[in-house]
Amino acid sequence: MADRALVGVVLVSHSREVAESVARLAVALAGGGETAPVTAAGGTPDGDLGTSSELIADAVRRADRGAGVVVVADLGSAVLTVRAMLAEDGELPRDTRLADAPVVEGAVAALVGASAGADLASVVAAAEDAYRFRKL
Amino acid sequence: MAHRDAGFVRRWLTEAARAVERDADRLTELDSAIGDADHGNNMRRGALAVVAALEKEPRTTPGAVLLLAGRTLVSTVGGASGPLYGTLLRRAGKALGDAERVADTELRDALRGGADAVAQLGGAAPGDKTMLDAVRPAVEALPDYAAAGAAAARGAADTVPLRARKGRASYLGERSVGHMDPGAASAALLFGALARVAAAEAAAGGVSDG
Repeated sequence: MADRALVGVVLVSHSREVAESVARLAVALAGGGETAPVTAAGGTPDGDLGTSSELIADAVRRADRGAGVVVVADLGSAVLTVRAMLAEDGELPRDTRLADAPVVEGAVAALVGASAGADLASVVAAAEDAYRFRKL
Repeated sequence: MAHRDAGFVRRWLTEAARAVERDADRLTELDSAIGDADHGNNMRRGALAVVAALEKEPRTTPGAVLLLAGRTLVSTVGGASGPLYGTLLRRAGKALGDAERVADTELRDALRGGADAVAQLGGAAPGDKTMLDAVRPAVEALPDYAAAGAAAARGAADTVPLRARKGRASYLGERSVGHMDPGAASAALLFGALARVAAAEAAAGGVSDG
């Protein structure tokens, strides 16, 4: 593993359980020892289903070690909220990217790449490549 | 040509919040037909938060009022309407900059820019059965505020026969036909409120010419 800072991965879902479970799954599948930082922003602060810009901003900050952060989001308001935040200056760290990726496969691919020391663009590409994991 | 100040925009958004409060159950009913039955609650939560924010942090320019309202919607709504309406208002606010009074045509241009940003954010085209089907015709009818309110209501009604191509309703395919889009319905409330506030201001003779 490289000595430099690792890219962080953030899971955004309508559901806290989904975001946290996928984060745990990604850590387990990324395997073997330390992984890159991965945080979850699921549901609303009250624990309801939905999307919270506050939780997203907090999760991105916690995953940010200076090498950038890749966000993987499920659908609807999760995607739109991240995109609306990225469109405004100062709401998220400058090196935050939303990956156009499926949640589970994208999160695993991103975390494996990030944990191996890949740079921001490569982690985004790894997550987005996950659309090509054909199952049939 | 009339000019509008921060008070006008604040009255608009306050009136819109009232309309949302009044129609929240109807919005939720529309959303339970083709969505996830949260639009009324989400919009009510956002509207209350906007009114509270504008009282707590008074703003002195139309642009700043819109920016604060937009930011509040993004952070409080919890559904897709938060970033969408938030982007509409925030982008419009940004376009108006820090002018203390803006011409009606400037407000129209700013809202048109906001609608463009919404289209870019959500990727919706006209006829996709979204809020834009009410927002676009309203913006194009400005600076005639009464016409804008009527155009938004007509735009919302015209979403009934459309097939949804965006959001959760799009998963329903043909079964989304026959229902009004909840986002278009709430957009009609927003522009209906704008028309009422402009009419009240005209009736009070409070419009300053410039």
